[in-house]
Amino acid sequence: MSNIDKIENQKVSPSGADLEGAGNDQQEYNITVYTENQIGLLSRIAIIFTRRKINIDSLNTSPSEIESIHRFNIVITESEEVVRKLCRQIEKQVEVLKVYYHTNADVIWQELALYKVSTDVIAEKVSVERLLRENGARAVVIRKDYTVFETTGHREETDNLINILQPYGLIEFVRSARVAIIKNSDGFNSKLREFERLEPGEDVVENEYLNKGQKVFTM
Amino acid sequence: MEVVQEIIAESVKSNSIGEIETKSVKSTVEVSGSVALLEALIIEGVDVIFGYPGGAIMPIYDALYDYQEKLNHILVRHEQGGIHAGQGYARTSGKVGVVFATSGPGATNLVTGLADAQIDSTPLVCITGQVFAHLLGTDAFQETDVINITNPVTKWNYQVTDATEIPEAIAKAFYIAKSGRPGPVLIDITKNAQIQKFAYEGYTKCNHIRSYRPKPVVRMSYIQQAAELINNAKKPFVIWGQGVILGSAEQEFKTFIEKSGIPAAWTILGAGAIPTAHPLNVGMLGMHGNYGPNVLTNDCDVLIAIGMRFDDRVTGRLDKYAKQAKVIHLDIDPAEIDKNVKTTVPVWGDCKETLPLLTQLVEQKQHTGWLKTFNEYTRQEVEQVIHKELNPTSGELTMGEVIKQLNDLTHGEAIIVTDVGQHQMVACRYAQFNHTRSNVTSGGLGTMGFALPAAIGAKYGAPERTVVAVIGDGGFQMTLQEMGTIMQSGVDIKIVILNNRFLGMVRQWQEMFNDRRYSFVDIQSPDFVALAAAYRISGKCISERDELPGTLKEMLEHKGSYLLEVMVTKENNVFPMVPQGCSVSEIRLK
Repeated sequence: MSNIDKIENQKVSPSGADLEGAGNDQQEYNITVYTENQIGLLSRIAIIFTRRKINIDSLNTSPSEIESIHRFNIVITESEEVVRKLCRQIEKQVEVLKVYYHTNADVIWQELALYKVSTDVIAEKVSVERLLRENGARAVVIRKDYTVFETTGHREETDNLINILQPYGLIEFVRSARVAIIKNSDGFNSKLREFERLEPGEDVVENEYLNKGQKVFTM
Repeated sequence: MEVVQEIIAESVKSNSIGEIETKSVKSTVEVSGSVALLEALIIEGVDVIFGYPGGAIMPIYDALYDYQEKLNHILVRHEQGGIHAGQGYARTSGKVGVVFATSGPGATNLVTGLADAQIDSTPLVCITGQVFAHLLGTDAFQETDVINITNPVTKWNYQVTDATEIPEAIAKAFYIAKSGRPGPVLIDITKNAQIQKFAYEGYTKCNHIRSYRPKPVVRMSYIQQAAELINNAKKPFVIWGQGVILGSAEQEFKTFIEKSGIPAAWTILGAGAIPTAHPLNVGMLGMHGNYGPNVLTNDCDVLIAIGMRFDDRVTGRLDKYAKQAKVIHLDIDPAEIDKNVKTTVPVWGDCKETLPLLTQLVEQKQHTGWLKTFNEYTRQEVEQVIHKELNPTSGELTMGEVIKQLNDLTHGEAIIVTDVGQHQMVACRYAQFNHTRSNVTSGGLGTMGFALPAAIGAKYGAPERTVVAVIGDGGFQMTLQEMGTIMQSGVDIKIVILNNRFLGMVRQWQEMFNDRRYSFVDIQSPDFVALAAAYRISGKCISERDELPGTLKEMLEHKGSYLLEVMVTKENNVFPMVPQGCSVSEIRLK
């Protein structure tokens, strides 16, 4: 029965949480989806969440480093078990190449924020400029009537700058969706080459149980 | 093909005059998008289409006029009827069902059938017409966003706005519909693309899409682990579903259980994969399944699930489902592994490939004592439920005895198509199947109105076989307009309406759980036999026991379709039953 025991041991999530006990263990997960560039795919992916009444905290989609391949970054707050099932449903979509999910600890992530402030205020109050510099913001546009600052960082960092600028008449603010780089990823190029083969090798047609021991958790 | 050949002939002629360069003409001809579509269907082996024309699909129907010899188009009476017919065809033939509908209401009428086909993994290619591309998004006449409406109920869908896309889109559609875990695909073609002529370079079937992996690579390590579990098991139990049939793995499955000697039970869609009378076939799973298979699910030590998805109607209360057992799950769809029931060994793959590998590694065995336990439960069920349901001697007719008498006459050779409700459970419980692809029913979605149109399609899918549609008085009234399709096409199906003058399954629940508060389940019916007669379909209504065998025989021997209405007892309940929220081992015999 030793083989069987081994399988059961493998059914442990990368963060060490047992599958059975993962039910209410909610945290932020970063879902990375590599897809074809296909009209309507965004909707197909979005309804996988809405059908289960799961809110998407953040969603970014843009061309990846590989021509014609798009990359989605989706952030949700859920238990690992739910995230795993969602990822499998996403990967089932015909135009989806690959889905990964990671905790915040497994990724480097950033959000970009833009702040529009009256130029007069900046000019009059030297402290504002200092505050901006302290928060790593840089001016993108400086016009007579307004100045636009940009900063990148985690949610708390960009939020913090809103609070700082609010007393000085923050005119407008916008934040991008999250983008995340997977710490232990070797990129997607070699995988894609495999996908293009008629009979892909075993290492591409992955089964999550077999990849538990590896650096990157994959489906 | 004729049209294309003519076109080829014409273009060659003009070419022989020597005005156009010779190279390109040989490989390309100018055809419309509609012709390219029909050519594609012929190359994909389509022989029958269920459809209904309308404004936005008229160019395709115009092209179809010249293809009537090659593509048999059946004019249905409602698009829902069309798609259910396509499903029936796919289920009995194993091929992809093809359905045509126009834009707007034509397309939205497909949605129920798409949802049904999606949840029951039925391969379909549905072609819908769409308004001209330049009108998209303008709220044009009969415009609806069919792509977005059908997103959750299709395996794949695609909108074609340019005729040049048609060959590739259709090739992908067929490949996706039938490969891996099958499912419905919808291709929405704008009217301009149907009309547009383009340089047609022939049709190539699709066999690879880089982002789509229908068949996982089989991992021997899991096969070995599964075999080890099975070989060490004292009370192993196989539960199988439609995956065995969809994968055409019936023979591989039979060999596997016969070598390992493991008793096996089926989900409703798995029925018939091995003959009902097979000694290792211990019956049906689920809410109205057999006594032994339900109770012993919670007694087995290794549960081997093959091509099934642990639907809630099969598992009952999940946290009390087979908790004592190690679970081996063979499925082609990775999303099914661990979805509802935690798996000890996942055997991810096509069971046509995985079962023979597993059979090689399992020991030849007989689980005589364990099989006896099943038989003991069967004995109790026969004594307390089945005998009186199948062999009543007094009182009104029962649904069960109608199915039994039907078995006696068809000897398990017929295709049985059922609708949804009490009659469905009774028919699936008691019908005998000698052959695979003989049980056609709406399993996952539970679509009332499914049976009549599905039976029409089932007959086209297996023309040499007898098709009997068993339908309740409620469900029949949902799609009875398809009697018009029967009349016009001349298709030969036998319709048995089991009329208990109630929406019986809801009534049963109201009796058992709502204190007999019969809320809107008392349904009146028209004179079904007169209605059939209006459609030139012969029929009879009976209510007496001694009329039953003779009339069933008359129906089966009748040339052409026949409608037999059987008045059955009003307030009969289907047992055994696993009440909702209960464990399978809490199954009730009364």
